[in-house]
Amino acid sequence: MSWDYSGNEKWTWDQIPLGAMTLDGGTATGHKTGDWRVQRPIWDTEKCKQCLICWMHCPDSSIKVADQKMCGIDYEHCKGCGVCVVACPFGALSMISENDARELDEKEVQ
Amino acid sequence: MAEVTVLAGSGDQMVAEAFRQANPDVLPVYPITPQTIIVEEFDKFVAEGRVHTEFVPVESEHSAMAAAIGASAAGARTVTATASQGLAYMWEQLYVAAGMRLPIVMANANRALSAPINIHGDHSDILGARDSGWIMYFAENAQEAYDDTLMAFRVAEHPDVMLPVATTLDGFITSHALERCELMDDETVAKFVGEYKPEHSLLDTDNPNSYGMFANLGNFYMETKLAQRKAMEKAMPIIKAVGEEWEAISGRPFDVVKTFGTEDAERVIVVMGSSTGNCRAVAKALREVGEKVGVVSLRVFRPFPTEELAAALKGAKAIAVMDRAETVGGEGGPLWQEVSACLHSAGNTAPVRDYMYGLGGADVTLELINDIFNDLKTLEADKAAGTVPAVTYKGNR
Repeated sequence: MSWDYSGNEKWTWDQIPLGAMTLDGGTATGHKTGDWRVQRPIWDTEKCKQCLICWMHCPDSSIKVADQKMCGIDYEHCKGCGVCVVACPFGALSMISENDARELDEKEVQ
Repeated sequence: MAEVTVLAGSGDQMVAEAFRQANPDVLPVYPITPQTIIVEEFDKFVAEGRVHTEFVPVESEHSAMAAAIGASAAGARTVTATASQGLAYMWEQLYVAAGMRLPIVMANANRALSAPINIHGDHSDILGARDSGWIMYFAENAQEAYDDTLMAFRVAEHPDVMLPVATTLDGFITSHALERCELMDDETVAKFVGEYKPEHSLLDTDNPNSYGMFANLGNFYMETKLAQRKAMEKAMPIIKAVGEEWEAISGRPFDVVKTFGTEDAERVIVVMGSSTGNCRAVAKALREVGEKVGVVSLRVFRPFPTEELAAALKGAKAIAVMDRAETVGGEGGPLWQEVSACLHSAGNTAPVRDYMYGLGGADVTLELINDIFNDLKTLEADKAAGTVPAVTYKGNR
Protein backbone atom coordinates (compact mmCIF):
# COMPACT_ATOMS: atom_id res chain seq x y z
CA MET A 1 0.00 0.00 0.00
CA SER A 2 1.46 3.33 -1.06
CA TRP A 3 -1.08 5.83 0.30
CA ASP A 4 0.29 7.63 3.32
CA TYR A 5 -2.61 8.42 5.62
CA SER A 6 -0.50 8.76 8.75
CA GLY A 7 -1.66 11.57 10.98
CA ASN A 8 -5.18 11.35 9.49
CA GLU A 9 -6.67 11.92 12.95
CA LYS A 10 -5.35 15.50 12.69
CA TRP A 11 -6.60 16.17 9.14
CA THR A 12 -8.74 19.31 8.83
CA TRP A 13 -11.90 19.46 6.68
CA ASP A 14 -9.97 20.54 3.58
CA GLN A 15 -7.32 17.81 3.90
CA ILE A 16 -9.71 14.84 3.83
CA PRO A 17 -10.02 13.35 0.32
CA LEU A 18 -13.20 14.48 -1.48
CA GLY A 19 -16.12 12.19 -0.73
CA ALA A 20 -14.16 10.57 2.15
CA MET A 21 -12.24 8.54 -0.40
CA THR A 22 -9.67 5.94 0.47
CA LEU A 23 -6.93 6.47 -2.09
CA ASP A 24 -5.54 2.96 -2.01
CA GLY A 25 -6.68 -0.65 -1.85
CA GLY A 26 -6.36 -3.22 0.91
CA THR A 27 -6.68 -0.69 3.73
CA ALA A 28 -8.60 -3.23 5.85
CA THR A 29 -5.25 -4.81 6.74
CA GLY A 30 -4.46 -1.70 8.75
CA HIS A 31 -7.86 -1.71 10.46
CA LYS A 32 -7.68 -4.12 13.43
CA THR A 33 -11.10 -5.60 14.10
CA GLY A 34 -10.18 -8.72 16.07
CA ASP A 35 -11.03 -7.14 19.40
CA TRP A 36 -14.76 -7.56 18.61
CA ARG A 37 -14.25 -11.28 19.32
CA VAL A 38 -16.06 -13.00 22.21
CA GLN A 39 -14.82 -16.50 21.39
CA ARG A 40 -11.49 -17.49 19.87
CA PRO A 41 -10.73 -20.42 17.54
CA ILE A 42 -7.73 -22.48 18.65
CA TRP A 43 -5.79 -24.50 16.08
CA ASP A 44 -4.52 -27.97 16.94
CA THR A 45 -1.56 -28.57 14.59
CA GLU A 46 -1.45 -32.28 15.52
CA LYS A 47 -5.00 -32.95 14.28
CA CYS A 48 -4.77 -30.61 11.22
CA LYS A 49 -4.51 -32.44 7.86
CA GLN A 50 -3.94 -29.21 5.85
CA CYS A 51 -7.12 -29.66 3.80
CA LEU A 52 -7.67 -25.86 3.93
CA ILE A 53 -11.45 -26.26 4.20
CA CYS A 54 -11.33 -23.68 7.02
CA TRP A 55 -9.54 -21.26 4.67
CA MET A 56 -12.32 -21.67 2.10
CA HIS A 57 -15.04 -21.06 4.69
CA CYS A 58 -13.57 -18.16 6.70
CA PRO A 59 -15.69 -15.08 5.85
CA ASP A 60 -12.98 -12.70 7.02
CA SER A 61 -9.85 -14.14 5.33
CA SER A 62 -8.36 -14.82 8.75
CA ILE A 63 -6.87 -18.27 8.11
CA LYS A 64 -3.23 -17.51 7.39
CA VAL A 65 -1.66 -19.57 4.60
CA ALA A 66 1.95 -19.75 3.44
CA ASP A 67 3.32 -22.09 0.77
CA GLN A 68 -0.18 -23.58 0.32
CA LYS A 69 -0.32 -24.61 3.98
CA MET A 70 -2.23 -23.21 6.92
CA CYS A 71 0.23 -21.51 9.22
CA GLY A 72 -2.00 -19.82 11.79
CA ILE A 73 -5.00 -17.61 12.49
CA ASP A 74 -5.03 -13.84 12.04
CA TYR A 75 -6.43 -12.80 15.42
CA GLU A 76 -6.21 -9.13 14.44
CA HIS A 77 -9.12 -9.68 12.04
CA CYS A 78 -10.82 -12.91 13.20
CA LYS A 79 -14.27 -12.05 14.67
CA GLY A 80 -14.68 -15.44 16.36
CA CYS A 81 -17.70 -16.49 14.30
CA GLY A 82 -16.77 -20.17 14.63
CA VAL A 83 -17.49 -21.12 11.02
CA CYS A 84 -14.02 -22.70 10.70
CA VAL A 85 -14.66 -24.88 13.76
CA VAL A 86 -17.88 -26.26 12.24
CA ALA A 87 -16.28 -26.66 8.80
CA CYS A 88 -13.18 -28.57 9.99
CA PRO A 89 -13.69 -32.33 9.31
CA PHE A 90 -10.87 -33.34 11.70
CA GLY A 91 -11.71 -31.46 14.89
CA ALA A 92 -8.52 -29.48 14.57
CA LEU A 93 -10.22 -26.21 15.47
CA SER A 94 -12.11 -25.49 18.68
CA MET A 95 -13.59 -22.39 20.29
CA ILE A 96 -12.65 -21.17 23.74
CA SER A 97 -13.84 -18.03 25.47
CA GLU A 98 -11.81 -14.94 24.57
CA ASN A 99 -11.48 -14.17 28.26
CA ASP A 100 -9.88 -17.57 28.98
CA ALA A 101 -7.73 -17.16 25.87
CA ARG A 102 -6.41 -13.84 27.09
CA GLU A 103 -5.58 -15.29 30.51
CA LEU A 104 -3.65 -18.06 28.77
CA ASP A 105 -1.85 -15.44 26.66
CA GLU A 106 -0.83 -13.58 29.80
CA LYS A 107 0.46 -16.77 31.45
CA GLU A 108 2.54 -17.49 28.34
CA VAL A 109 4.07 -14.03 28.52
CA GLN A 110 4.91 -14.53 32.22
CA MET B 1 -23.96 29.68 -34.77
CA ALA B 2 -26.65 28.63 -32.35
CA GLU B 3 -29.80 27.31 -33.99
CA VAL B 4 -33.06 27.19 -32.11
CA THR B 5 -36.03 24.91 -32.78
CA VAL B 6 -39.34 26.16 -31.44
CA LEU B 7 -41.69 23.38 -30.38
CA ALA B 8 -44.69 22.60 -28.21
CA GLY B 9 -43.03 20.64 -25.45
CA SER B 10 -43.87 19.38 -21.98
CA GLY B 11 -41.45 19.81 -19.09
CA ASP B 12 -40.71 16.08 -19.03
CA GLN B 13 -40.05 16.07 -22.76
CA MET B 14 -37.70 19.03 -22.46
CA VAL B 15 -35.79 17.36 -19.60
CA ALA B 16 -35.44 14.23 -21.77
CA GLU B 17 -34.08 16.41 -24.61
CA ALA B 18 -31.59 18.00 -22.20
CA PHE B 19 -30.48 14.55 -21.03
CA ARG B 20 -30.08 13.43 -24.66
CA GLN B 21 -27.98 16.47 -25.50
CA ALA B 22 -25.76 15.94 -22.43
CA ASN B 23 -25.34 12.33 -23.62
CA PRO B 24 -24.83 10.71 -20.20
CA ASP B 25 -22.77 7.53 -19.83
CA VAL B 26 -25.23 5.81 -17.51
CA LEU B 27 -28.92 6.35 -16.78
CA PRO B 28 -30.42 4.00 -14.19
CA VAL B 29 -34.09 4.82 -13.73
CA TYR B 30 -37.47 3.59 -12.57
CA PRO B 31 -40.63 5.17 -14.00
CA ILE B 32 -43.07 6.98 -11.72
CA THR B 33 -45.82 9.50 -12.45
CA PRO B 34 -45.36 12.39 -13.27
CA GLN B 35 -41.75 11.74 -14.29
CA THR B 36 -42.64 8.84 -16.63
CA ILE B 37 -42.48 10.83 -19.87
CA ILE B 38 -38.80 11.61 -19.20
CA VAL B 39 -38.05 7.88 -19.08
CA GLU B 40 -40.27 7.06 -22.09
CA GLU B 41 -38.70 9.79 -24.22
CA PHE B 42 -35.16 8.90 -23.21
CA ASP B 43 -35.92 5.22 -23.87
CA LYS B 44 -36.65 6.17 -27.46
CA PHE B 45 -33.35 8.03 -27.80
CA VAL B 46 -31.53 4.91 -26.57
CA ALA B 47 -33.47 2.63 -28.94
CA GLU B 48 -32.77 4.97 -31.86
CA GLY B 49 -29.06 5.05 -31.01
CA ARG B 50 -29.07 8.81 -30.57
CA VAL B 51 -27.21 8.59 -27.26
CA HIS B 52 -24.35 6.37 -26.13
CA THR B 53 -25.97 5.91 -22.71
CA GLU B 54 -26.05 2.64 -20.79
CA PHE B 55 -29.75 2.57 -19.90
CA VAL B 56 -30.40 0.52 -16.75
CA PRO B 57 -34.08 -0.28 -16.10
CA VAL B 58 -33.75 -1.03 -12.38
CA GLU B 59 -36.34 -2.67 -10.12
CA SER B 60 -36.85 0.29 -7.76
CA GLU B 61 -35.82 3.87 -7.06
CA HIS B 62 -33.60 2.70 -4.22
CA SER B 63 -31.73 0.68 -6.81
CA ALA B 64 -31.83 3.55 -9.30
CA MET B 65 -29.90 5.81 -6.95
CA ALA B 66 -27.64 2.96 -5.81
CA ALA B 67 -26.75 2.22 -9.44
CA ALA B 68 -26.28 5.93 -10.11
CA ILE B 69 -23.89 6.16 -7.16
CA GLY B 70 -21.88 3.18 -8.42
CA ALA B 71 -21.76 4.53 -11.96
CA SER B 72 -20.77 8.01 -10.87
CA ALA B 73 -18.06 6.65 -8.57
CA ALA B 74 -16.79 4.71 -11.58
CA GLY B 75 -16.36 8.06 -13.32
CA ALA B 76 -19.44 8.03 -15.55
CA ARG B 77 -21.61 11.05 -16.26
CA THR B 78 -24.72 9.78 -14.51
CA VAL B 79 -28.31 10.88 -14.70
CA THR B 80 -31.61 9.71 -13.26
CA ALA B 81 -35.13 11.01 -12.69
CA THR B 82 -37.88 10.37 -10.18
CA ALA B 83 -40.82 11.80 -8.25
CA SER B 84 -42.72 11.52 -5.00
CA GLN B 85 -42.61 8.03 -3.45
CA GLY B 86 -39.68 7.27 -5.72
CA LEU B 87 -37.64 10.10 -4.25
CA ALA B 88 -38.74 9.01 -0.77
CA TYR B 89 -37.60 5.48 -1.55
CA MET B 90 -34.18 6.88 -2.56
CA TRP B 91 -33.83 8.73 0.72
CA GLU B 92 -30.80 7.11 2.35
CA GLN B 93 -29.07 6.97 -1.02
CA LEU B 94 -29.49 10.72 -1.58
CA TYR B 95 -27.26 11.38 1.41
CA VAL B 96 -24.74 8.81 0.19
CA ALA B 97 -24.50 10.46 -3.24
CA ALA B 98 -23.94 13.87 -1.65
CA GLY B 99 -21.50 12.66 1.00
CA MET B 100 -19.45 10.83 -1.61
CA ARG B 101 -19.45 14.07 -3.65
CA LEU B 102 -20.79 12.43 -6.80
CA PRO B 103 -21.99 14.88 -9.48
CA ILE B 104 -25.18 12.99 -10.37
CA VAL B 105 -27.89 15.01 -12.13
CA MET B 106 -31.46 14.06 -11.27
CA ALA B 107 -34.74 15.51 -12.46
CA ASN B 108 -37.60 15.38 -9.97
CA ALA B 109 -41.18 15.92 -11.07
CA ASN B 110 -42.42 17.40 -7.78
CA ARG B 111 -45.40 15.45 -6.49
CA ALA B 112 -47.29 14.90 -3.23
CA LEU B 113 -46.42 12.07 -0.86
CA SER B 114 -48.92 9.46 0.30
CA ALA B 115 -51.21 9.09 2.22
CA PRO B 116 -53.76 9.66 0.87
CA ILE B 117 -52.35 8.57 -2.47
CA ASN B 118 -52.09 11.50 -4.83
CA ILE B 119 -50.21 11.80 -8.09
CA HIS B 120 -50.41 15.57 -8.46
CA GLY B 121 -47.96 18.39 -8.00
CA ASP B 122 -46.67 19.86 -4.78
CA HIS B 123 -43.26 20.16 -3.10
CA SER B 124 -43.65 17.54 -0.34
CA ASP B 125 -41.17 15.14 -1.92
CA ILE B 126 -38.31 17.45 -2.87
CA LEU B 127 -38.45 19.75 0.16
CA GLY B 128 -38.34 16.70 2.40
CA ALA B 129 -34.95 16.07 0.82
CA ARG B 130 -33.77 19.63 1.41
CA ASP B 131 -31.11 18.57 3.95
CA SER B 132 -29.68 15.72 1.89
CA GLY B 133 -26.85 17.81 0.43
CA TRP B 134 -28.20 18.13 -3.11
CA ILE B 135 -28.19 21.39 -5.05
CA MET B 136 -31.81 22.15 -5.99
CA TYR B 137 -33.30 24.13 -8.87
CA PHE B 138 -37.04 24.91 -9.11
CA ALA B 139 -38.27 25.42 -12.65
CA GLU B 140 -41.23 27.70 -13.27
CA ASN B 141 -42.03 26.21 -16.67
CA ALA B 142 -40.88 23.65 -19.24
CA GLN B 143 -38.29 26.03 -20.68
CA GLU B 144 -36.65 26.54 -17.30
CA ALA B 145 -36.72 22.79 -16.69
CA TYR B 146 -34.70 22.37 -19.89
CA ASP B 147 -32.30 25.20 -19.09
CA ASP B 148 -31.81 24.10 -15.47
CA THR B 149 -31.05 20.53 -16.52
CA LEU B 150 -28.34 21.64 -18.96
CA MET B 151 -26.78 24.02 -16.43
CA ALA B 152 -26.90 21.32 -13.75
CA PHE B 153 -24.13 19.30 -15.43
CA ARG B 154 -21.78 22.27 -15.44
CA VAL B 155 -22.46 23.04 -11.78
CA ALA B 156 -22.38 19.45 -10.48
CA GLU B 157 -19.19 18.51 -12.32
CA HIS B 158 -17.31 21.73 -11.51
CA PRO B 159 -14.16 20.70 -9.57
CA ASP B 160 -14.93 23.26 -6.85
CA VAL B 161 -18.46 21.90 -6.39
CA MET B 162 -18.69 18.13 -7.02
CA LEU B 163 -22.20 17.82 -5.59
CA PRO B 164 -25.30 16.10 -6.95
CA VAL B 165 -27.92 18.39 -8.47
CA ALA B 166 -31.69 17.95 -8.50
CA THR B 167 -33.52 19.94 -11.16
CA THR B 168 -37.17 20.01 -10.26
CA LEU B 169 -40.37 20.72 -12.15
CA ASP B 170 -43.88 20.74 -10.71
CA GLY B 171 -45.87 17.59 -11.42
CA PHE B 172 -48.35 17.83 -14.33
CA ILE B 173 -48.50 21.64 -14.42
CA THR B 174 -44.92 21.74 -15.69
CA SER B 175 -44.15 18.07 -16.35
CA HIS B 176 -47.12 17.37 -18.67
CA ALA B 177 -48.63 20.64 -19.96
CA LEU B 178 -47.47 21.65 -23.43
CA GLU B 179 -45.79 25.02 -23.71
CA ARG B 180 -43.88 26.96 -26.30
CA CYS B 181 -40.28 25.84 -25.83
CA GLU B 182 -36.98 26.59 -27.45
CA LEU B 183 -34.63 23.70 -28.08
CA MET B 184 -31.02 24.65 -28.72
CA ASP B 185 -29.09 22.73 -31.39
CA ASP B 186 -27.12 19.68 -30.22
CA GLU B 187 -23.70 21.05 -31.13
CA THR B 188 -24.11 24.28 -29.17
CA VAL B 189 -25.36 22.36 -26.14
CA ALA B 190 -22.57 19.76 -26.34
CA LYS B 191 -20.05 22.60 -26.36
CA PHE B 192 -21.76 24.32 -23.43
CA VAL B 193 -22.16 21.19 -21.29
CA GLY B 194 -18.68 19.92 -22.12
CA GLU B 195 -17.12 16.59 -21.22
CA TYR B 196 -16.96 15.18 -17.71
CA LYS B 197 -13.38 14.40 -16.75
CA PRO B 198 -13.48 12.70 -13.35
CA GLU B 199 -10.42 12.82 -11.14
CA HIS B 200 -10.96 9.29 -9.84
CA SER B 201 -12.60 6.11 -11.04
CA LEU B 202 -13.49 3.00 -9.07
CA LEU B 203 -12.60 1.02 -12.22
CA ASP B 204 -9.02 2.31 -12.19
CA THR B 205 -7.33 -0.83 -10.84
CA ASP B 206 -3.88 0.74 -11.16
CA ASN B 207 -4.95 3.30 -8.58
CA PRO B 208 -7.32 1.41 -6.29
CA ASN B 209 -9.71 3.50 -4.23
CA SER B 210 -13.00 3.42 -2.41
CA TYR B 211 -15.58 6.01 -1.40
CA GLY B 212 -17.14 7.09 1.86
CA MET B 213 -14.70 5.30 4.16
CA PHE B 214 -15.63 4.50 7.74
CA ALA B 215 -15.49 7.91 9.43
CA ASN B 216 -15.10 6.52 12.94
CA LEU B 217 -11.45 5.75 12.14
CA GLY B 218 -10.09 9.27 12.14
CA ASN B 219 -13.36 10.66 13.53
CA PHE B 220 -13.72 13.00 10.56
CA TYR B 221 -17.48 12.94 9.99
CA MET B 222 -17.88 16.57 11.05
CA GLU B 223 -15.03 17.63 8.79
CA THR B 224 -16.67 15.87 5.83
CA LYS B 225 -19.97 17.68 6.47
CA LEU B 226 -18.13 20.99 6.73
CA ALA B 227 -16.50 20.27 3.37
CA GLN B 228 -20.00 19.74 1.88
CA ARG B 229 -21.16 23.06 3.35
CA LYS B 230 -18.11 24.83 1.89
CA ALA B 231 -18.82 23.25 -1.51
CA MET B 232 -22.41 24.55 -1.35
CA GLU B 233 -21.05 28.04 -0.61
CA LYS B 234 -18.69 27.79 -3.58
CA ALA B 235 -21.57 26.54 -5.75
CA MET B 236 -23.55 29.80 -5.64
CA PRO B 237 -21.14 31.96 -7.71
CA ILE B 238 -20.66 29.01 -10.07
CA ILE B 239 -24.44 28.60 -10.50
CA LYS B 240 -24.58 32.30 -11.38
CA ALA B 241 -21.61 32.20 -13.75
CA VAL B 242 -22.98 29.16 -15.57
CA GLY B 243 -26.39 30.88 -15.70
CA GLU B 244 -24.83 33.97 -17.26
CA GLU B 245 -23.03 31.84 -19.82
CA TRP B 246 -26.24 30.04 -20.81
CA GLU B 247 -28.07 33.37 -20.83
CA ALA B 248 -25.54 34.70 -23.38
CA ILE B 249 -26.16 31.63 -25.60
CA SER B 250 -29.92 31.25 -25.15
CA GLY B 251 -30.94 34.87 -24.66
CA ARG B 252 -33.02 33.88 -21.62
CA PRO B 253 -32.19 35.73 -18.40
CA PHE B 254 -31.04 33.67 -15.42
CA ASP B 255 -31.44 34.80 -11.83
CA VAL B 256 -31.27 32.62 -8.73
CA VAL B 257 -34.00 34.88 -7.33
CA LYS B 258 -36.50 36.21 -9.88
CA THR B 259 -38.25 39.44 -8.99
CA PHE B 260 -41.28 41.26 -10.31
CA GLY B 261 -42.20 44.73 -9.14
CA THR B 262 -39.93 44.63 -6.09
CA GLU B 263 -38.32 47.95 -6.94
CA ASP B 264 -41.25 49.73 -5.24
CA ALA B 265 -43.47 46.91 -3.93
CA GLU B 266 -44.77 47.14 -0.37
CA ARG B 267 -46.63 43.81 -0.39
CA VAL B 268 -44.62 40.88 -1.71
CA ILE B 269 -45.31 37.17 -2.27
CA VAL B 270 -42.42 34.68 -2.07
CA VAL B 271 -43.03 31.52 -4.09
CA MET B 272 -41.29 28.69 -5.96
CA GLY B 273 -42.05 26.70 -9.09
CA SER B 274 -45.05 26.71 -11.40
CA SER B 275 -47.25 29.08 -9.34
CA THR B 276 -44.81 31.92 -10.02
CA GLY B 277 -46.54 32.79 -13.30
CA ASN B 278 -49.97 33.01 -11.62
CA CYS B 279 -48.54 35.28 -8.93
CA ARG B 280 -46.92 37.48 -11.55
CA ALA B 281 -50.17 37.72 -13.52
CA VAL B 282 -52.10 38.85 -10.43
CA ALA B 283 -49.35 41.27 -9.43
CA LYS B 284 -49.29 42.71 -12.93
CA ALA B 285 -53.04 43.33 -12.89
CA LEU B 286 -52.88 44.91 -9.42
CA ARG B 287 -49.94 47.11 -10.38
CA GLU B 288 -51.90 48.37 -13.37
CA VAL B 289 -54.45 49.82 -10.95
CA GLY B 290 -51.70 51.38 -8.85
CA GLU B 291 -51.21 48.78 -6.11
CA LYS B 292 -47.62 48.38 -4.97
CA VAL B 293 -47.29 44.61 -5.05
CA GLY B 294 -44.45 42.34 -6.14
CA VAL B 295 -43.40 38.73 -6.54
CA VAL B 296 -40.16 37.00 -5.58
CA SER B 297 -39.54 33.50 -6.92
CA LEU B 298 -36.63 31.29 -5.97
CA ARG B 299 -35.15 29.41 -8.91
CA VAL B 300 -32.42 27.95 -6.70
CA PHE B 301 -33.33 26.62 -3.24
CA ARG B 302 -30.03 24.89 -2.36
CA PRO B 303 -27.68 26.59 -1.82
CA PHE B 304 -30.22 29.01 -0.32
CA PRO B 305 -29.86 32.43 -2.01
CA THR B 306 -29.83 34.38 1.26
CA GLU B 307 -28.18 37.56 -0.01
CA GLU B 308 -30.26 37.77 -3.18
CA LEU B 309 -33.51 37.13 -1.30
CA ALA B 310 -32.67 39.69 1.40
CA ALA B 311 -31.97 42.27 -1.31
CA ALA B 312 -35.23 41.46 -3.10
CA LEU B 313 -37.27 41.86 0.11
CA LYS B 314 -35.47 44.96 1.36
CA GLY B 315 -38.31 47.38 0.67
CA ALA B 316 -41.23 45.10 1.53
CA LYS B 317 -43.65 46.20 4.27
CA ALA B 318 -45.59 42.90 4.39
CA ILE B 319 -44.50 39.51 3.07
CA ALA B 320 -46.45 36.35 2.22
CA VAL B 321 -44.63 33.04 1.81
CA MET B 322 -46.43 30.40 -0.25
CA ASP B 323 -45.53 26.93 0.96
CA ARG B 324 -46.43 23.91 -1.14
CA ALA B 325 -45.22 21.33 1.38
CA GLU B 326 -46.44 20.71 4.92
CA THR B 327 -44.17 20.57 7.93
CA VAL B 328 -46.86 19.12 10.14
CA GLY B 329 -46.30 20.32 13.70
CA GLY B 330 -43.68 22.84 12.65
CA GLU B 331 -44.19 26.54 13.22
CA GLY B 332 -44.45 27.10 9.48
CA GLY B 333 -43.72 25.48 6.14
CA PRO B 334 -40.19 24.82 4.88
CA LEU B 335 -39.99 27.88 2.63
CA TRP B 336 -41.37 30.12 5.38
CA GLN B 337 -38.70 28.87 7.77
CA GLU B 338 -35.91 29.70 5.33
CA VAL B 339 -37.35 33.08 4.37
CA SER B 340 -37.90 34.03 8.03
CA ALA B 341 -34.34 33.07 8.94
CA CYS B 342 -33.03 35.06 5.98
CA LEU B 343 -35.02 38.16 6.97
CA HIS B 344 -33.91 37.85 10.59
CA SER B 345 -30.25 37.62 9.54
CA ALA B 346 -30.71 40.67 7.34
CA GLY B 347 -32.32 42.64 10.19
CA ASN B 348 -35.54 42.96 8.19
CA THR B 349 -38.47 43.11 10.62
CA ALA B 350 -41.29 43.23 8.06
CA PRO B 351 -44.21 40.99 9.10
CA VAL B 352 -44.37 37.62 7.35
CA ARG B 353 -47.37 35.31 6.92
CA ASP B 354 -47.14 31.69 5.87
CA TYR B 355 -49.68 30.24 3.43
CA MET B 356 -50.13 26.55 2.67
CA TYR B 357 -51.48 26.13 -0.85
CA GLY B 358 -51.77 23.71 -3.76
CA LEU B 359 -51.07 20.56 -1.73
CA GLY B 360 -51.64 17.43 -3.77
CA GLY B 361 -52.29 19.55 -6.86
CA ALA B 362 -55.11 21.64 -5.31
CA ASP B 363 -56.03 24.46 -7.70
CA VAL B 364 -53.89 27.59 -7.51
CA THR B 365 -56.34 30.19 -8.75
CA LEU B 366 -55.79 33.87 -9.45
CA GLU B 367 -58.46 34.60 -6.79
CA LEU B 368 -56.42 32.70 -4.21
CA ILE B 369 -53.35 34.81 -4.95
CA ASN B 370 -55.43 37.99 -5.03
CA ASP B 371 -56.73 37.08 -1.54
CA ILE B 372 -53.18 36.76 -0.27
CA PHE B 373 -52.21 40.18 -1.62
CA ASN B 374 -55.35 41.54 0.06
CA ASP B 375 -54.49 39.92 3.41
CA LEU B 376 -51.12 41.64 3.35
CA LYS B 377 -52.78 45.09 3.44
CA THR B 378 -53.64 44.62 7.12
CA LEU B 379 -50.99 42.08 8.12
CA GLU B 380 -49.22 44.27 10.64
CA ALA B 381 -52.46 45.19 12.45
CA ASP B 382 -53.77 41.60 12.23
CA LYS B 383 -50.57 40.29 13.76
CA ALA B 384 -50.78 42.82 16.58
CA ALA B 385 -54.40 41.76 17.17
CA GLY B 386 -53.29 38.12 17.32
CA THR B 387 -55.65 36.93 14.59
CA VAL B 388 -53.01 35.45 12.28
CA PRO B 389 -52.53 31.67 12.60
CA ALA B 390 -49.04 30.16 12.34
CA VAL B 391 -50.00 28.70 8.98
CA THR B 392 -52.93 29.85 6.86
CA TYR B 393 -54.43 27.22 4.56
CA LYS B 394 -55.65 28.61 1.23
CA GLY B 395 -57.81 26.83 -1.30
CA ASN B 396 -59.09 24.11 1.03
CA ARG B 397 -62.66 23.37 2.00
